Amino acid sequence: MSGRVRRWAGSEAARGLALISPTLLYAMAMLLLPVIIIILFSFWKQTFLTVDHSFRLDNYRAALTQPIYRDLFLRSLWISLTVSVATVVMAYPVAWYISFHGGRNKNLWLFLITVPFLTSYLLRVMSWKLVLGYNGVLNSLLLWLGLIHSPIESLLYNADSVIITLVHSWVAFAILPIFVSLEKIDRSLVEAGQDLGDGLFRSLTKIVLPLSLPGVTSAFLIVMIPTVGDYVTPKLVGGTEGVMIASAIEVNFGRAMNWPLGAALSVTTMVLVASAAGLMVLALRLAVRGVRR
Amino acid sequence: MRLLSRIRWLPVYLGAFMVFLYFPILLLPLFSFNTGVVAAFPLKGFTTRWYVQLFDNQVMLGAAWNSLMVGLAVSITSTVLAICAARAITRYKFPGQKPATGLIMAPLFLPEIIVAVSMLLVLLQIGIQLSLLTVILGQIVFCLPYSMSVLIAGFEGFDRSLEEASLDLGETAMGTFRRVTLPVVAPAILSSLLVSFTISLDEFLLAFFLSGTETTLPVYIWGQLRFAAKLPEVLALGSLMMTASVILLTVAEIVRRRAEKRVMARGGPNA
Repeated sequence: MSGRVRRWAGSEAARGLALISPTLLYAMAMLLLPVIIIILFSFWKQTFLTVDHSFRLDNYRAALTQPIYRDLFLRSLWISLTVSVATVVMAYPVAWYISFHGGRNKNLWLFLITVPFLTSYLLRVMSWKLVLGYNGVLNSLLLWLGLIHSPIESLLYNADSVIITLVHSWVAFAILPIFVSLEKIDRSLVEAGQDLGDGLFRSLTKIVLPLSLPGVTSAFLIVMIPTVGDYVTPKLVGGTEGVMIASAIEVNFGRAMNWPLGAALSVTTMVLVASAAGLMVLALRLAVRGVRR
Repeated sequence: MRLLSRIRWLPVYLGAFMVFLYFPILLLPLFSFNTGVVAAFPLKGFTTRWYVQLFDNQVMLGAAWNSLMVGLAVSITSTVLAICAARAITRYKFPGQKPATGLIMAPLFLPEIIVAVSMLLVLLQIGIQLSLLTVILGQIVFCLPYSMSVLIAGFEGFDRSLEEASLDLGETAMGTFRRVTLPVVAPAILSSLLVSFTISLDEFLLAFFLSGTETTLPVYIWGQLRFAAKLPEVLALGSLMMTASVILLTVAEIVRRRAEKRVMARGGPNA
């Protein structure tokens, strides 16, 4: 018996498991366990200062039926969806240019795109307050040009300003995966297609777009999932019209001291964004299959 | 390339895109040198007053020191953990490899607020006092996926026959690691350290939820943003941080390229 154990201990599998175990245990303790516990909490109930541990669905009922939470969920999903579509659409031509026309300067371009993201995240969001504010740069410019006679108040503190700011914050994260998938495309495929009479549009829809789909998909996911729970941007530039679900989660874990409800809101957010992202990926595949025909 | 030279508007679009990307950011250093407290045009005059004030600000300096310590602890720990995991994944095949990798990479695909509140919940349940240590514990999880991506890419290019050759030629396992493996993967390790350090330095949400009385720089900035009068000082701080990060990553890139060239010249994996 000990021979078999010893043989297993010396095997590839055992060495791999042993080597990954510190990292894996850490991720289990600090990520998996907390997520499991938050799911448990979402089925419990806060009664004044103690938590009632009997299984119940009250929190989910509140999360899904109370108009305030329903509105916040819908707005957060809508904003993250808009932001992810906008970033991918804006990022694709940039990734295209760098990949196909970047020549020797590819790394320089990628570096130039990364530099703005070396600014503090908070200040990057803040900078849009400087642009869109009542005394902001955009209003000053429009006044100076004589296009308006008094500053526009509605530039800031709404869902649109949240969307613009989030697009600005996330667009580089969409460029990189698309760029990587464009780089992997075998250029001779495009050339062969062109030799056989493909125009630019046909090359794009039949070859480049379908082959870059993995990059586009990960760009979507990488932008959509984090933005749905963004806390900083709505707080700084959202005003009351741009509040998102993260604020409600934060309030329930903080001042309101209703952890189970906060937990249910978190779990619902995860489930909603995962399903929305799944649908998005599916729709994307179908769309690409459609144009390919 | 012939195929794409036909899109004339592409360079124009790229120019507009760069303006969109840089314009708001460049306002920060611009207004940090402005005499007026309100960040608005027209500019009032040039001053370095905000920078001088910044260096007299003990609370800010304390927060900066905390950030530095947290950043060092986070980047070293997450790089060490990621080296183990990345090496295990690229070198061995073992059962449960996919779910294990998925779990470690999961923070990339979870809204950060949810990671933050679930950690907060667990720490408070166990009764651990919130401090800079809890910030470090949380940020490591958050940095691991980035360190992993960098290191997996670094290890994947690694040719195992180099190690085998070294062992065959009589070098010890330790000697092989030090003289063959390490020089080849060192650039990846360095960029993992730098990337996780920069992420930790800028990370706000986990630090906001998991820090006790001592704050890091982003949490300090968050507190200051409520006061309009503090804005120029915050802008000065932000400009300094941006300059520091740019210098840091430029140096890292130069080091990485030199290392790459050296490996190639020696007939390394990419030759």
